[in-house]
Amino acid sequence: MMGQGRLAAWGIGLAALVALPFVYRDPYHLHILVLILIWSFAYTSWSMMGRFGLVSLGHGGFMGIGAYVTALLWNHLGLSPWVGIPVSMAAAGALALIVGYPCFRFRITGHYFVLVTLALSGIVLQVITATRDYTGGSLGYTPNRASGNRLLALQFDDKTTWYLIALAIWLFGIVVWHWVDRSMARHALEAISEDEDAAAAAGVDVTAEKLKITLLSALMTALAGAIYCQYQMFITPDTVSGIAVSLQMVFAAIVGGLFVSLGPTVGAIITILLAETLRIGFGTRAVGWDNLVYGVLLVLFIIFLPKGILGSVLDRLKPQRKVSPNS
Amino acid sequence: MQAFLDVFDIYLLEAVINGILLGGVLALLALGLNLIFGVIDVTWICYAELVMIGMYAMYFMVQYYGVSYFIAAPFTILLVALLGAALHYLVIAPLLTAPPINQLLATGGVLFVLQSFATVAFGIDFRNLGIRLPVLAFGDMNFSYARLLSFVAALVGMVAVYLFMTRTFTGTAIRAISQDRQIMALMGVDTKRIYLITSALGGALAGLAACLLVLQYDVHPFVGLSFGPITFLICVLGGLGNFIGGFIASFVFAEIISLGGLFSDLEWGYVLAFAFFIVMMFIRPAGLLARRR
Repeated sequence: MMGQGRLAAWGIGLAALVALPFVYRDPYHLHILVLILIWSFAYTSWSMMGRFGLVSLGHGGFMGIGAYVTALLWNHLGLSPWVGIPVSMAAAGALALIVGYPCFRFRITGHYFVLVTLALSGIVLQVITATRDYTGGSLGYTPNRASGNRLLALQFDDKTTWYLIALAIWLFGIVVWHWVDRSMARHALEAISEDEDAAAAAGVDVTAEKLKITLLSALMTALAGAIYCQYQMFITPDTVSGIAVSLQMVFAAIVGGLFVSLGPTVGAIITILLAETLRIGFGTRAVGWDNLVYGVLLVLFIIFLPKGILGSVLDRLKPQRKVSPNS
Repeated sequence: MQAFLDVFDIYLLEAVINGILLGGVLALLALGLNLIFGVIDVTWICYAELVMIGMYAMYFMVQYYGVSYFIAAPFTILLVALLGAALHYLVIAPLLTAPPINQLLATGGVLFVLQSFATVAFGIDFRNLGIRLPVLAFGDMNFSYARLLSFVAALVGMVAVYLFMTRTFTGTAIRAISQDRQIMALMGVDTKRIYLITSALGGALAGLAACLLVLQYDVHPFVGLSFGPITFLICVLGGLGNFIGGFIASFVFAEIISLGGLFSDLEWGYVLAFAFFIVMMFIRPAGLLARRR
């Protein structure tokens, strides 16, 4: 599958990424890199199911659960994030199964599926806002500073540590992406996205395959939310959950390219650099401008470049790829 | 104990009636979405944001320029209808042959644009019309005139759409297209024109809803998020494109929200509605009125 040259390129690239914080220590730039890596992981998680035509706008909900459950367990029960993160992932996974099972079992696809998941992320946002006695509502929430062991609390002050953690998480996401890409499930899911009935007739368990990828995607998204919370130490319902976050994931994945492993990463680089540039350029007047540009770009991309930047570039570079898919 | 029960019953009845009144406006929104979906086979994710823009239009006309409410309302409806037509012309029309999911995501982009446009242009303050309509006391129950007016206006709007669809040539063409998209073009119907008219009609319904909602709720750039998701749930529960199903589902959801809000916060009403929706998906996955296969 992967040529020696590409493997070597990945190795060199990774070594450079790991070495980076030891050579270059500008905290602001490292902060941007950490954000890019965490969001890349979230976008990659979304594209795991998005690439098979399972367009979910509920991932804002999963991310919100990941972030809030971890933080709530830490503040109210004193549970370490090392326990809290798996619990929050399990909660997001359970929700994904509860919503996903009837959807897939009863063939709720296309528009219907998008609207159901859209409502899901809207509802998670409502719950977080409604339980304001515990979550702080729309004012946001801050995990308590650890008094004892920092490792146990998963709270670090230096950017280098966080950079390495985010890098590891991001790499994990890419590895899982490739693992799915090479598995039988990928062929089954591609068949499902082409024609569900034909796939079922060919012996694919449609419901089970869809549930598996949805569960995987939801678990990873919750992890992204929890890590984001631990890094930023401040979350609001609007930054980690809700429809806006879901659409942001879709936007980044589509701009970067849905069908290539580094597409969502490219999307994250573009969106975050765009937001930061606007923020620095306009200052406080930038409120709203970044989303305005996002929205216009999203519409333009879907109309003119539906394969995304990286996808289109790769297509341009290798026009013969379609001819020999097994090379 | 008896006294407690009496009070409770009054509140319960009041909540039930308020739910019906809320259902009227929700039904109006669901009708607009269903119309667009049934005819063009597109879902406007940004539908609630069109309503938000309409609410701002009302606010500025009434508060800033001192236009009377009843004169401002037709202009708002016209404005949002034009927005709907523009949305179709600029975003949906180039994507008509693309996969349906792309059209839906493109309107998601429009959602971002409208929301952030409102943030940039109007700020994030909560604004209201400053019109306080009197409260109608009926026995021990209180109903606001705003809700009664909304309910009646929503019903009138829906009847008007019904008459338009059944009594005029264009309306008949719209219904025919929703049954078969390919054939109608061969029968000499200009589908592009019909799509544009349908989009404008959907926009006009959003505009009417905006005029009614602005009486009851404050407007801010994110107000669409508070009733957008519930509208989508209603449409899915009623069956996308199914007008009658959407109408019934609106009242079911409105009752759940209203009764849920009676016992706890309004947000929990929404949560209950969502839980109910999930349960219904197991029982009637293709919508309330779907025929059993």
